[in-house]
Amino acid sequence: MKILVAIKPVPNPDEKVKIKGDGSGIVLDNIKMVVNPFCEIAVEEALRIREKLTGEVVVVTVGPKESEQQVRSALAMGADRAVLVEAGTDLDSLAVAKVLAKVVADEKAELVLMGKQSVDDDNNQVGQILAAVLGWPQASFASKIEFAADNKKANVTREVDGGLETIEVALPAVVTADLRLNEPRYASLPGIMKAKKKEMKVVPVASLGVDTTPRVKVLSLAPPPLRAGGGRVADVAELMSKLKSEAKVL
Amino acid sequence: MADILVVVEHQDGVFKKNTLSAVSAAKALAGLFGGEVDALVLGDGVAAVADVMAGTGVRKVLLGEGAAFAKYLAATYAGAVAQVVKAKGYGAVFAPASTFGKDFMPRLSGLLDAPLASDIVGLEKDGDALRVKRPMYAGNAIGTVELVGSPLLFTVRQTAFNPAAMGGEKTPVEKATVTAEAGGTAFVSRQETKSERPELTEARVIVSAGRGIKAQENFKLVEELADQLNAAIGASRAAVDAGWAPNDWQVGQTGKIVAPVLYIALGISGAIQHLAGMKDSKVIVAINKDEEAPIFQVADYGLVADLFKAVPEMIAELKKLKSA
Ligand SMILES: Cc1cc2nc3c(=O)[nH]c(=O)nc-3n(C[C@H](O)[C@H](O)[C@H](O)COP(=O)(O)OP(=O)(O)OC[C@H]3O[C@@H](n4cnc5c(N)ncnc54)[C@H](O)[C@@H]3O)c2cc1C
Ligand SMILES: Cc1cc2nc3c(=O)[nH]c(=O)nc-3n(C[C@H](O)[C@H](O)[C@H](O)COP(=O)(O)OP(=O)(O)OC[C@H]3O[C@@H](n4cnc5c(N)ncnc54)[C@H](O)[C@@H]3O)c2cc1C
Repeated sequence: MKILVAIKPVPNPDEKVKIKGDGSGIVLDNIKMVVNPFCEIAVEEALRIREKLTGEVVVVTVGPKESEQQVRSALAMGADRAVLVEAGTDLDSLAVAKVLAKVVADEKAELVLMGKQSVDDDNNQVGQILAAVLGWPQASFASKIEFAADNKKANVTREVDGGLETIEVALPAVVTADLRLNEPRYASLPGIMKAKKKEMKVVPVASLGVDTTPRVKVLSLAPPPLRAGGGRVADVAELMSKLKSEAKVL
Repeated sequence: MADILVVVEHQDGVFKKNTLSAVSAAKALAGLFGGEVDALVLGDGVAAVADVMAGTGVRKVLLGEGAAFAKYLAATYAGAVAQVVKAKGYGAVFAPASTFGKDFMPRLSGLLDAPLASDIVGLEKDGDALRVKRPMYAGNAIGTVELVGSPLLFTVRQTAFNPAAMGGEKTPVEKATVTAEAGGTAFVSRQETKSERPELTEARVIVSAGRGIKAQENFKLVEELADQLNAAIGASRAAVDAGWAPNDWQVGQTGKIVAPVLYIALGISGAIQHLAGMKDSKVIVAINKDEEAPIFQVADYGLVADLFKAVPEMIAELKKLKSA
């Protein structure tokens, strides 16, 4: 099976972001960029499917040249090769999805795996938009993927409000990964060495003929209202009495 | 501006209250730029849902029924909403930012080539222009966003908009003609997390437990406390990953966003991703044996203690309060 995995670099999610003084973005100095955790899960799933069904895993990203680092991380996990569509960082979800649709068609992918959301923008959109643009079935928030015997269909279990839901999708389809789909492997040292030599095709976005004018523009960022936390109580008795008479929530 | 459509969420015919926040957001937009707010109910045999919606102050309710809509599917929903939007010329579409809205609304965006703002928390007017507020970076930044094109699509964070009132004067319910195109997807099964408790996103009180609870059987303790408070139960990702709690209990950036009157965090460290889902709660209580745990930075009442000692004491105190 030929699987395309779309990945996006994000600032290290374990560090609290700082907003630039003028609100034009976040401070990126000294912040490590990593592969979006949900995209790592998508890469891992692709590798496991390849191990079972054979085939090829191609990672693709749309963004600046510096994204090569995160692309190499995915290659080090075991993906076969990569496509980097070189573009600015001003593309919105619609534009990224349209660009990805071109790559999917070009690569004749039979399955597209992606993250359910990028943990910086928290949009949770690109996979579902891509499915619509391609006219393909979609299964978002996947926690389990099982292929039919002929590999023409898959049952996907989705993490939804209220529990779990299983739907059947005909392939090709777009599936977005949720947290419980798998636990991604760490890249091995030989994997990292090999990744340096793997093919990475760089495609200028202009060559794809897609209108990437942003339709959703982030004009500025501001900090959220600050919470005055840090209050302490000595024991359960004090806690209960304060909840009752001070906070008045009991 | 043109009229506004709210897509109603229900689970197999049971109305979901998160829709009421989407109605409020839609009305906020109408208040700023004009237009009337209508609602669309899709399903099979869901006239009762339409009837509930008819009492929420919308101009009218469109009811699109058919066997193909009996089970929710992103493809049929996005397709049907697109048909209604095109036929009636709606200028904006709202849906809750639940796993329902987050699934089909981006597909609708792709079908209509229309801009979508996810998980919005505010709508403002700047001169003649609409400015949309939405949290980014796990809620550590509020982005001001501009949308270009039409129709404008929004998914609404339930905790950010007061629910529209129910039970008002009934407005008309109209039949909508929609066709379903499942496009290679089919519903197979649903595994519902059974619970007698209030829904996490609607509860007044939530008791959440994390890795500190150490085992599934210890959730009994959490349940006992929740019983005393008529609370919903939540969990950190660590507790869900360990299999101690079902996935739909996960509170956080990538789980459910909650803002109850009282949130009690037991054995939860307070990672950025967890805080993103609960830091807008009115009162936060944290019980953790590590006094350095980041959860204490957002807690109104932090108690450094072993939860296995503190929680039984709390249960005893609550029982005393009740009998007093
Ligand atoms: C390195 C980089 C820096 C950026 N910096 C900024 C910035 O400072 N300000 C700003 O407003 N915008 C920035 N953007 C653009 C912005 O992040 C886009 O809106 C984004 O790429 C669209 O996806 P999303 O975050 O909405 O994705 P979501 O819908 O949340 O992501 C879901 C999934 O879609 C896939 N995906 C998303 N984006 C891409 C992509 N670019 N390539 C391949 N797969 C993808 C991934 O599988 C991801 O898990 C940046 C983009 C990149 C790549
Ligand atoms: C992509 C991504 C998405 C994520 N999304 C979410 C999300 O939506 N929600 C979420 O919650 N997390 C999320 N996480 C995970 C998050 O980063 C943390 O790993 C997680 O929240 C930790 O859970 P925890 O606090 O239960 O566990 P830990 O961090 O291990 O904390 C356990 C705490 O219990 C305390 N403790 C132990 N024993 C006792 C005792 N007897 N009495 C009292 N206290 C005790 C310890 O002191 C410690 O502070 C996400 C992570 C990633 C990478």
